[in-house]
Amino acid sequence: MKFSEEQIHRYSRQMILPGIGGKGQRKLAEAKIFIMGAGGLGSPAAIYLAAAGVGTIGLADSDHVEIHNLQRQILHRTCDIGLPKVESGRKTLESLNPEVKVEIYCERVTSTNIQRIIKGYDLVLDGSDNFPTRFLVNDACYFERKTLISGAILRYDGQLSTFKPHAGGPCYRCLCPEPPPPGLVPSCQEAGVLGAVAGIIGLFQANEALKEILGIGQSMVGRFLLFNALNLSFTEMKIQRNPECPLCGENPTIKELIEYSQSCSTQNTVPLQASTRTLD
Amino acid sequence: MNAYLDREVRHQVTMEQAEETIAEQKIQIDKELNLKGKVCPYTFIESMLALEEMKIGEVLRVIVDYPPAVCDVPKSLKNEGYEILDVSPTNETDWAILVKNTEFK
Repeated sequence: MKFSEEQIHRYSRQMILPGIGGKGQRKLAEAKIFIMGAGGLGSPAAIYLAAAGVGTIGLADSDHVEIHNLQRQILHRTCDIGLPKVESGRKTLESLNPEVKVEIYCERVTSTNIQRIIKGYDLVLDGSDNFPTRFLVNDACYFERKTLISGAILRYDGQLSTFKPHAGGPCYRCLCPEPPPPGLVPSCQEAGVLGAVAGIIGLFQANEALKEILGIGQSMVGRFLLFNALNLSFTEMKIQRNPECPLCGENPTIKELIEYSQSCSTQNTVPLQASTRTLD
Repeated sequence: MNAYLDREVRHQVTMEQAEETIAEQKIQIDKELNLKGKVCPYTFIESMLALEEMKIGEVLRVIVDYPPAVCDVPKSLKNEGYEILDVSPTNETDWAILVKNTEFK
């Protein structure tokens, strides 16, 4: 791939960085990143990945844009209310960088379609807002040997890690073997979330995704970051592979994808918006 | 600012001009890149992109006419790990930077 004058100008400020150059920019152009959820985390992540010149971005979300999304889901505008989030997201990303190919999945991601969807991508960024999806994405990434950049937010707190069990690191189930019972962890719609916190964690995810693609810096594999916005504090924990992990441990009990129920205690028509949603 | 840099660079270059011109004659050039009319950081980026395409040990001759680039391009290429063989004026407005593609990283 030969860079055009316009591409050199567009990416000049990152191409001059040590560790990127033309080779790194080419890696980004060839990269295919799948983003689960076009919400609070997926929005800032997708915008910065598109701006950086990631060649293909997959965007999956079955929801439509609603007014209460706009406080944090910056892919969408007021005029997009009612549109499928992936359509609105694609419009934003393409207007920012027409070079980026945006592949959209306006369907619920389930145990029957997730492996087929993520197979064609190099890396998965999880911005899902509920535990069933979070576990489904983790398990599918394990079976498909895809690097997973995991982020989560609630109220003023955020979490970040990179899971790469195919390269020796832990998976999400090493930390949390099973989803918590529905109702135990409050959802964003119950507990609230500060939009800027979604932005911070979503951009950390984008940053880690770029590092993984470029092969630069210190990976978040084996590290778990906890962020609190009110204290502006960062706590980092070392995490290890759990030999008793039901998925990637020595005697795994999970051999295929599990569809956890999206339990509905609130009156939502879309299962993804059920009361179990905790993470946005 | 540009005029100042221009004077500084010109002075520096004139001091070593004779010696460097001789040095340049001995060096085999594998590729030439004309970046006249281009400014920083594009002068550096385009030089780097050309070097990335070249074999280890090959020499690139870059022509620039933007005064800050005469200092900045060699400095940035050196930071990346490339070897600067020579920087010298070719006429009233242009400079030639000779850089060798080296094994690094």
